[in-house]
Amino acid sequence: MAVTEAPRIVTARIDQPDSHTLERALATGAYQALRKALAMTPEAVAAEVDAASLLGRGGAGFPAGRKWAMLRSSPVTYLVVNGDESEPATFKDHLLVERDPHQLIEGVLIAAYALQVSRAFIFLRGEFALGLERVQAALNEAYGYGAVGADIFGSGFSVDIVVHPGAGAYICGEETALLESLEGKRGFPRIKPPFFPAAIGLYGEPTVVNNVETMSNLPWIVTHGGAAFAALGEGRSTGTRLFALAGHVRNPGVYELEMAKTTFADLIHAPVLGGGVRHGRELKAFIPGGVSAPWFGPDQVDLPLGQDEVGAAGSMLGSGSVVVMDDHTCAVRASWRITKFFSRESCGQCTPCREGSGWLERIMERIETGRGRSEDLDLLLDACDNIAPGLTWPPQQTTICVLGPSIPSSIHSAIVMFRDEFLTHVKEGGCPYG
Amino acid sequence: MSGHLNPDVLDRARQLISLYPEPRSALVPLCHLAQEQDGWLRPEAMAEIAELVGVTPAEVQGTASFYDMLHLEPVGTYLVSICTNIACMLDGGLELLEHAEEHLGVGVGGTTEDGMITLEEAECLADCDRAPCVQVNHRYVGSQTAESFDALIEDLRAGRRSDEIPSHGTLIRVRRDGGLRADPEQVARERAAMAEAKARRAADQGGGS
Ligand SMILES: Cc1cc2nc3c(=O)[nH]c(=O)nc-3n(C[C@H](O)[C@H](O)[C@H](O)COP(=O)(O)O)c2cc1C
Ligand code: SF4
Ligand code: FES
Repeated sequence: MAVTEAPRIVTARIDQPDSHTLERALATGAYQALRKALAMTPEAVAAEVDAASLLGRGGAGFPAGRKWAMLRSSPVTYLVVNGDESEPATFKDHLLVERDPHQLIEGVLIAAYALQVSRAFIFLRGEFALGLERVQAALNEAYGYGAVGADIFGSGFSVDIVVHPGAGAYICGEETALLESLEGKRGFPRIKPPFFPAAIGLYGEPTVVNNVETMSNLPWIVTHGGAAFAALGEGRSTGTRLFALAGHVRNPGVYELEMAKTTFADLIHAPVLGGGVRHGRELKAFIPGGVSAPWFGPDQVDLPLGQDEVGAAGSMLGSGSVVVMDDHTCAVRASWRITKFFSRESCGQCTPCREGSGWLERIMERIETGRGRSEDLDLLLDACDNIAPGLTWPPQQTTICVLGPSIPSSIHSAIVMFRDEFLTHVKEGGCPYG
Repeated sequence: MSGHLNPDVLDRARQLISLYPEPRSALVPLCHLAQEQDGWLRPEAMAEIAELVGVTPAEVQGTASFYDMLHLEPVGTYLVSICTNIACMLDGGLELLEHAEEHLGVGVGGTTEDGMITLEEAECLADCDRAPCVQVNHRYVGSQTAESFDALIEDLRAGRRSDEIPSHGTLIRVRRDGGLRADPEQVARERAAMAEAKARRAADQGGGS
């Protein structure tokens, strides 16, 4: 496998100067796909998206076309775009909102038309100050251009878009927590069933929630057709996808790659991509899809970047982030920091998640700082098992949302892969990596 | 409790409320606006927001306290956030945070005596390829070393970055240039017509979808 010649779909415009402006966007074909879509029937647009087999890019990987088909029919429906992007080491939507806000808006308009929604909301995490300004400015331009609002391009279709700032809470990326937040409440996830957004969403009305990158693919799909998109990639993993590569590589960054045709090894080592592990060191482990995902070792580096392939190997492609750890990394410290994150961000509604994350963090901290006991390993695994019984993958759910059952991933991975390191911490009363 | 938000802020608050089907949805955006005026969320501001969106002041406070970016206590002119989450940790985020504590003479959550800088340990800020990631008032300033961090603080204190980084609370300087443009009744009529057309097409195709 190798880096393929697949076209760049969502990053085609971003290298251009002022790629965020209407002028530059129009010069490079923006809003042509919207015009084309408006000349089709809404069902025909939805059919193209379904044919593309576009998997959601927010983490769960559910096909967008199928999600749209599930939208309960109702006089009032909403579209909500998820730009919370808070899964640690995920930074691809950051690029899309700052560098190509018109592509996002065009995608939102195409979806709004296909779904015939009453209004669309773009929810962006509050820490995206520049992104919020760029998307609002682009939206103002798009209104002025006649692409949003009443009677878009004289088509008879009208829809408004509202940009909504979050205020700092990881859990608001979970779609039902996001809807609560958008209703002006604390970001507490809702229990599913019955609160599947497609049935009971924003203000109780049927709602489609899709990720920023998912939306950004739509202009290309409408222009080139769903079949052209589905011809890229392999199996269920069609098209290209953004991979956010971070950690100990020479060239961390966001790369758009054809799905399933490229491997983790390509992403990490190819000179035009990650460029290999830094400082001539060796690869110790990598996290394939956000910190909720179980880790992989060097022996799994040849896996393709495909949703089902990674799933079958016991982890997930998740949010499209890949974290590389070199052989000088302390596995205990890394999993402790991830656990601390979950403990801080648990919304507190469910006991296993709220109490479990706190317990795990305290035990991990004591091991890392040299106060661990030999029975702590069993204690850790036992506490993990209480949150996600059986420690299977995908995990069993004991809680309202999947944040809880994701907590054990890093600890369980670190113990399975690097048990000796935990024991050394306990025996030597400190971290051998200093 | 009205009268705390100044007229311009109040105008913008009313415009924001008009963008949502339910006024309460504007609660968080209004808290951001109040922080733009005061730098943090004063009780008087929360009481006025409560009135504007039709909830109790306790509900505003209860909601605001859930969110890291909404501050129920005063913060410095510049909120400096250092990420120590996984990618930044692998690139020295914890060490940078320690250095910052020493250099500023405050712990995490503390504000310097001159009221200029509040230090915060952040979770992932989605800029992990420029690790360790630092934001000032939620604007990215790129990865920092100990030396560049000290220079950054000096610049902030001297007001040399104030054009690009407004003081704490100002989040979105670009204003929406107008309210909703589509008339809700018109939208309802369009949706009904579309649904009818869709049903007709389905019937024409012999009941297929
Ligand atoms: C704890 C948690 C955090 C999440 N964070 C995000 C996020 O930041 N962005 C996102 O798009 N999806 C996130 N998701 C997934 C959303 O719930 C939802 O599946 C997604 O927004 C749907 O869009 P898609 O189908 O286009 O992927 C998160 C899920 C969970 C459980
Ligand atoms: S699993 Fe955790 S984050 Fe999710 S609803 Fe329960 S307590 Fe909240
Ligand atoms: S881990 Fe620090 S910005 Fe993402």
